[in-house]
Amino acid sequence: MAEGILDITDDTFETEVMSADLPVVVDFWAPWCGPCRAIGPIMEELSSTYSGKVKFVKCNVDDNPLSPSRYEVRAIPTLLFVKGGEIVDTITGMTAKAKLEETIGKML
Amino acid sequence: MAETHYDLIIIGGGPAGLTAGMYASRARLNTVLVEKVATGGQILITDWIENYPGFPEGISGPDLSDKMLEQARQFDLQFEYGEVEKVELEGAVKSITIGDKVLTAKAVIITTGASPRSLHVGEEKFHGKGVSYCATCDGPFYKDKTVVAVGGGDTAVQESLYLTKFAKKVHLVHRRDQLRAAKILQERALANDKIDMVWDSVVTGMDGLFGVENVTVKNVKTNEETKIAAAGCFIWIGILPNTDFLGNALEMDEWNFIKADANMATSIPGVFAAGDVRSTPLRQIATAVGDSAIAAISAEHYIEGH
Repeated sequence: MAEGILDITDDTFETEVMSADLPVVVDFWAPWCGPCRAIGPIMEELSSTYSGKVKFVKCNVDDNPLSPSRYEVRAIPTLLFVKGGEIVDTITGMTAKAKLEETIGKML
Repeated sequence: MAETHYDLIIIGGGPAGLTAGMYASRARLNTVLVEKVATGGQILITDWIENYPGFPEGISGPDLSDKMLEQARQFDLQFEYGEVEKVELEGAVKSITIGDKVLTAKAVIITTGASPRSLHVGEEKFHGKGVSYCATCDGPFYKDKTVVAVGGGDTAVQESLYLTKFAKKVHLVHRRDQLRAAKILQERALANDKIDMVWDSVVTGMDGLFGVENVTVKNVKTNEETKIAAAGCFIWIGILPNTDFLGNALEMDEWNFIKADANMATSIPGVFAAGDVRSTPLRQIATAVGDSAIAAISAEHYIEGH
């Protein structure tokens, strides 16, 4: 069973993402965003596939305005790929699972 | 490669594909719907729909998408996710390849829809950094900011109106001196203090350090260029059909929309097309679902006869 996708906040972003031991995929989303809702199930699948190897977290930009602004996120869905506290890739917009797997693969 | 046989393959999971899928699976055809990323299509980026019958109070695009998916799922429609890499549509057995899977079927319905057209003024580098095609996704990032919107059709006007909920000013740039949008939308836009119409103008460029800061606009009558200080640029200047994957397989119109007759039959027997991808005088959710119902029944008749 996958650990699922952790909800992070402006307060926990630093600890959960930038100081994480595993590579992290951060999904910036909001409930009113259609494409975000549409890729939700893909993120769930990926978190299960990469369980134990990659950490998946999501950040609701409605409730947490500081993190998107700090990382220059002005569109959602935006995915940040973070390894060792550094952003190694950014993907904006609805993206096919194969492309996401390819990007995750580069962090492993 | 793994090969799976079906009666019918539907390519594309927007309103057209989901409707065709619902009709076909309800008709007990063994049907698979192939979708590139996630179902919903263009309505996923539509904030509000008030001209789709049955929802007198209006409905958000994502909500309608959820409902259509839920309904399509009730009759054993199957789903495959991935980009179609190869199609073979001639002959009695059609086949399509996605990744390491080959799907074959007696008939195919193409409902791949269309994608927003881009400006081609170097805006690609600002994608996600000010340039957007989705007001519902990105509008809230522009609270109390000035934005530029481009276009003059229904989408441009409807979505600009939505942007006024957040932005302090929306400069709506249109290349003509009047809007093409439905009259009711025009009336709302022209009456809205936050919308400033920039007539007879096109966007020729944009600049900024980390994201969009200025949008350059040229008046096509005077050739005069002006820089508008804006944090965002929303582009709604029409659509392009998602038909590249087909190559020259099917007869198309001059803009590469698929030609199909009143039964939604294309130039190849057993291949049907419906929705925005088809050469058609009107592209609405209502027309997409209507045409798709016809396409599904036409496919059913074709399969019965073969």
